[in-house]
Amino acid sequence: MSEDQPPQTAPIVHTAETDAEALVAETSEGTQELQPRTLTESAELLRERGAVLRLPDGGVLDSADIDVEITDDETMIINMGPQHPSTHGVLRIMMELDGETVLRSKPIIGYLHTGMEKTGEELTYVQGGTNVTRMDYLAPLFNELVFALATEALLEVEVPERATWIRMLLTELNRVSSHLLWMATNGMDLGAVSMMIYGFREREMVLDFFEKTTGLRMNHNFIRPGGVAADLPDGWQEDVNEILHVIPGRLDEYDDLLTGQPIFRERTQGVGVLTAEEAVALGATGPILRSTGVAWDLRRDMPYMFYDQLEFDVVVGSYGDAFDRYAIRLNEIRESLRIIAQIVERMPEGDYRIQDKKVTPPPRRRIDESMEALIHHFKIFTEGFKVPEGEVYVGVETPRGEIGCYLVSDGSPKPYRLHIRDASFVNLQSLPIMMRGGLVADAVAVISSVDPVMGGVDR
Amino acid sequence: MSTAGPTDSVASPPAPRAGETLPTADPSAHAMTAAEATGYGVPVSFSRGQPVLHVDQAGYEEVIARLRDDGFNGVVDLTAVDYLAHPGRELPAGVRAERFELVVNLVSYSRRQRVRVRVQLPEHDAVLPSLFYVYPGTEAMEREAYDMMGIVFTGHPDLSRILMPEDWEGHPLRKDYAVGRVPVQFKQSPGTR
Repeated sequence: MSEDQPPQTAPIVHTAETDAEALVAETSEGTQELQPRTLTESAELLRERGAVLRLPDGGVLDSADIDVEITDDETMIINMGPQHPSTHGVLRIMMELDGETVLRSKPIIGYLHTGMEKTGEELTYVQGGTNVTRMDYLAPLFNELVFALATEALLEVEVPERATWIRMLLTELNRVSSHLLWMATNGMDLGAVSMMIYGFREREMVLDFFEKTTGLRMNHNFIRPGGVAADLPDGWQEDVNEILHVIPGRLDEYDDLLTGQPIFRERTQGVGVLTAEEAVALGATGPILRSTGVAWDLRRDMPYMFYDQLEFDVVVGSYGDAFDRYAIRLNEIRESLRIIAQIVERMPEGDYRIQDKKVTPPPRRRIDESMEALIHHFKIFTEGFKVPEGEVYVGVETPRGEIGCYLVSDGSPKPYRLHIRDASFVNLQSLPIMMRGGLVADAVAVISSVDPVMGGVDR
Repeated sequence: MSTAGPTDSVASPPAPRAGETLPTADPSAHAMTAAEATGYGVPVSFSRGQPVLHVDQAGYEEVIARLRDDGFNGVVDLTAVDYLAHPGRELPAGVRAERFELVVNLVSYSRRQRVRVRVQLPEHDAVLPSLFYVYPGTEAMEREAYDMMGIVFTGHPDLSRILMPEDWEGHPLRKDYAVGRVPVQFKQSPGTR
């Protein structure tokens, strides 16, 4: 706090500044009366001064090196969002500006909070998938996957091989569709509007396959504890091969359109730079962490499912700027396509869900024949299945980083506590560091390069 | 162009070379071993094969700092659980069950290992030192634990609500906080004629 603010208890002094004439401001909406400044509450003053805007300044980070001279009387605090079109939903950012330079900023979230963790405690494990799939709505299959893996870890059951391969196929396709949508919106944010049309066009191919397989374009509730909801449709190989055939050529088109384009490079290179130390200290994961040169991908470093049997590369950047994050996402699509090709080749025959009557509901036709099947069916859909007591944490690699599910069971058919560690929620913390010292115009590029999905952030 | 780039000071996992074995899908390979876990002098339990260190409030900061020095340089998750409705949970000998539990999941990028720290917090004293100066990435997570569960972190730079509105009363994820219900009014369905 500087000396120009009197303490809260100071008596109101009527100087020329606080005289009645000075307290009337002419605005575009007519005359408005102002309160004397001394009446402003101290909490309000703190907010105005930006005391709540701060950067982590612990031993790990050195935030003092802002190469912009801070002139105390010229800074201005503005809000960006939550309705700003480039904030990808309802993200609001408070920014302290000196001219056009961003000094400090603070992401403010919660506009999409719907209490999904609380809701998850009210739903059974059978119903839980419908809840978690709506969190990170651009990668719904990953949400279902992490919830199913955590439930299965608590149940200590093994799903059939084919179910696991189907899960891998669908989540890799989901990674492609999510990155394609990011390509589209990132292009639009930076003024490459045709990129938006292209990205959505290719994503539609993947979504068509999802619709054919799961019945829905998003919020599938397809990956469930015990396996997947249904087998792959007839002729799925042709559909996937079509995707594998068409998209690589389109990715080369993106290369022509964006990668070498001077305007795009100018707007992304050297913008939103993050160092490896900062990324690790801030807990950033996914393309943000990898763009700084830290080769960390859970699929390779802590393999789950059958990722240890597949060949793929972890794409790593070297500068930690917005362009690196773009390049990483573009090349991760290529790596995902490589993985999908291997999955298509190796897809085994067999069950697509576990043959445990207590976990998997019986097929419809069995209900007409077997009393027992009818009872199991009724029990699973009214009560759900009981999960032994315990707690477990499972993490998987989503397009945005690590999504984790911390699940506590008290032995009942409903989770005692369901906590989802969303990648975007944690990644957003690196925004103030990335935007520090940059221009307001670059803020759009930086927000876009973080790829936050507010459904996951606010849950 | 900035010259910021990868540095050696961050323990990045070594890139696998030709002939070197890649990490396996065996989950136990990515968890701290029992021998390593007991080295911290706190009760240890294994939950479905995942190692858990049970730390008390006083030793919380010290154990986390030691884990950090031992290579656990990433904090993946920090959350809290309210055990009000489930007091009889299984805990190792020497750990007294309290109402709240803080759960911190740490990861070591260099050792490719995970470990979990659980702290028992009594209802009347649900206060812990903030990890912000050890792991800046806990800033939002601690605010979430405060917002949802009412756990107070001393030394946090800005311990305010993060998901709920600023003037919200109560902590929604506590077990004595009822699920909100909005009465829905249905319009009378139109007749067939």
